[in-house]
Amino acid sequence: MEHGSVTDSTASSFSIMEEDHTLANSVRFVLNQDPRVAFCGYSIPHPADNKVNIRVQTTGDSAKDVLKDSLQDLMVMCQHVRGTFDTAVSDFRQNKTAEGMDIDLNKKK
Amino acid sequence: MPKKGTKSTKGTDDEPQQQQNKLPDHLELQRTRVICKAGAPTHTEGFQYSGAYAAMGVDTSVSVDKFCMNFKVEVKRLTEDDMEFDMIGVDASIANAFRRILIAEVPTMAIEKVFMVDNTSVIADEVLSHRLGLIPLDADPRLFDYMSENDVPNERNTIVYKLHVSCQKGSPRLTVKSGQLEWLPEGSQLNMAAPAQSGNKQKTYTSFSQSQKDISKESLGVKFKDITIARLGPGQAIELEAHAVKGIGKVHAKWSPVATAWYKMLPEVVLLKEIKDDDAEKLVKKCPVNVFDIEDLGNGEKRAVVTKPRSCTLCRECVMGPSEEQVRLTRVRDHFIFTIESTGALPPEVLFTEAVKILEEKCERVISELS
Ligand code: SF4
Repeated sequence: MEHGSVTDSTASSFSIMEEDHTLANSVRFVLNQDPRVAFCGYSIPHPADNKVNIRVQTTGDSAKDVLKDSLQDLMVMCQHVRGTFDTAVSDFRQNKTAEGMDIDLNKKK
Repeated sequence: MPKKGTKSTKGTDDEPQQQQNKLPDHLELQRTRVICKAGAPTHTEGFQYSGAYAAMGVDTSVSVDKFCMNFKVEVKRLTEDDMEFDMIGVDASIANAFRRILIAEVPTMAIEKVFMVDNTSVIADEVLSHRLGLIPLDADPRLFDYMSENDVPNERNTIVYKLHVSCQKGSPRLTVKSGQLEWLPEGSQLNMAAPAQSGNKQKTYTSFSQSQKDISKESLGVKFKDITIARLGPGQAIELEAHAVKGIGKVHAKWSPVATAWYKMLPEVVLLKEIKDDDAEKLVKKCPVNVFDIEDLGNGEKRAVVTKPRSCTLCRECVMGPSEEQVRLTRVRDHFIFTIESTGALPPEVLFTEAVKILEEKCERVISELS
């Protein structure tokens, strides 16, 4: 899974099977927000391969730990998104029943 | 894109005096907006690196706390099978992950195997099977398990439907609709081999140990009963049994839970100067979706105002020609108008939460693999 140099733990490439842009691009975003990251990027070596390579170079910490932290952060973000979304939906429902009719202010076209 | 090396030049004195943590307006505009000119949009690519403006003493990174503080959702429309909401304060990469998961990775049930007993209609077996596969089923996929290669079809991973229609000789042509698929909660009724000698119960293509009526309170029919499956001429008949299993859109689009899921960035229309009288009239006429309106200033003067920026399609009609300098069209980079159209198995708001959960699971999986 992890290809990196044996001597330098601050730079590694991670090869993740069965994943694609969905995860890799989001993780890259989160990695880029981390001040410990000096460089990160990802690539899909071949469209027929079901895998993605993520490259992480850090300013000193272990690349593996930084990637793990980023994934953890992404998870926390997702949980927050889910919570916020659920509240927004229930708020919307409540307002709608309060108004008692279906006013669609933002309908397009 | 600025070079990352610029980070170290923090605090050099040829920088203009900068307010702490605020970029000059033109840079802030480039950072937070995609700017649409008459020719082509500019600054389409966001700044990925959080330290891009570090040289100016501005930290643009999005830590988890910052994200949680700024993230907002506003539901704009919510019906049984479609919804529109605004997702504010999120990067395109994450919004796109949700969209991709919605389309390709949220599971549903769809017909996968068809046992053809009789088909004398003009539509070929494989075409008919394909059509059946695409019919949206009204079954909650969360009640079911995936069927892997060695699994026997049972009440937890397979839903069985029967279709038996024929058109009598001498009667007019018959249209077979999806509503004629009959759900068999007790499992398959087809025997696997010729009847055995003994009076044993015949082995069928499924082995249900309990009725599916105990699993699902609602009947697991088709979502829309008026989809045409085939047409039969006099004397033709179709008899088949269809088995639906759980799957994801990545494998085949029939398992995609959404008709579409898409987002667009919020359009922002700004009038750069006062537009009056005739020019105002002209501007209002130009826009095909009536983004602008006329405001009466009294004393016979009129002024153009932006009233409905949300419906702007960015056709750029208003920035063509001489009016180019009057209007600024931008899109807000972190404000997404997200629309989900469900095919019916799950309501759209549930689909979205499921999608977010799937992204969480992905993270979890990789974390555990790294540990
Ligand atoms: S870009 Fe097109 S839709 Fe948008 S405000 Fe201008 S004319 Fe109207």
